[in-house]
Amino acid sequence: MQLQYFLLLSAALFCIGIYGLITSRNAVRVLMAIELLLNSVNLNLMAFSNFLDTEAIRGQVFTVFVITVAAAEAAVGLAIVLTIYRNRDTVDMEQFNLLKW
Amino acid sequence: MNLATGVQVVSFGILAVMMIGAALGVVLLSNIVYSAFLLGGVFVSIAGMYLLLNADFVAAAQVLIYVGAVNVLILFAIMLVNKRQDFIPLPRAWVRQVLTAVVSLGLFILLSTMVLATPWSFSTGPAAGDNSIVLIGQHFFSDFLLPFELASILLLIAMVGAIILARREFLPEQTLATELEQPVLTLPERPRQLVSVASDRNSSLDKVERQK
Repeated sequence: MQLQYFLLLSAALFCIGIYGLITSRNAVRVLMAIELLLNSVNLNLMAFSNFLDTEAIRGQVFTVFVITVAAAEAAVGLAIVLTIYRNRDTVDMEQFNLLKW
Repeated sequence: MNLATGVQVVSFGILAVMMIGAALGVVLLSNIVYSAFLLGGVFVSIAGMYLLLNADFVAAAQVLIYVGAVNVLILFAIMLVNKRQDFIPLPRAWVRQVLTAVVSLGLFILLSTMVLATPWSFSTGPAAGDNSIVLIGQHFFSDFLLPFELASILLLIAMVGAIILARREFLPEQTLATELEQPVLTLPERPRQLVSVASDRNSSLDKVERQK
């Protein structure tokens, strides 16, 4: 197995996540696209850890940290989506004009 | 992990096809419930990739945290926000989609040329293999101690913040008033169809019998 295969795969996943992040209009789907982005970064880190740093696997440690941050981000993000849904009665990203000048 | 190279290549191909297909489904499908379940597919196939990369602990953590916690949380959010609304079509939505697709494709081409052109300095030392969980623990308690403790504080802050953001400050007056008269099971934010409780019917029957 080659390192490049994993890096190409995670680059593809990252680009799919970017596309979904920008084009999707449902707020929950935006959060799912962010999860895709974080997972692609995790895959990158794990590939580096396995191929370039086999003795002290620091990439796996970083992956655990990224998983932690992703879990916290998902919880807070979904709470924010629920609150906005309660106040605005919609989940359309185009109708959220909070924090807009 | 001691697998033959052919087995590794075949399983990598299957996992890659699963992952890219499920990720495209997450982004492109119109029904968001399907997207959430396909997101679980993406997470599971990434856990398989981690197993191919000799990281069993992180693969187990991926399955536990992502599939078990994050995906279930997203499903809960979808069910709580189950508003089937058709979004108002924007005047020039296709411009944004085409532009984003072009930018994403360009980013992928840029990243892939970078990946293929860089001379990677591969490590030749002995692989950690089954010893990886011991090494991760040593890292956590020696040179990554401060980030480890900060991660716990971050999780605590996120938990408190999520509870404070998502909890209901007050119940609407009208729901409370109807609850006093007859107990119906309804969510305060969307009173659509009222499900009457079985005990309610029994109590009304009792009332009829008492009147007799």
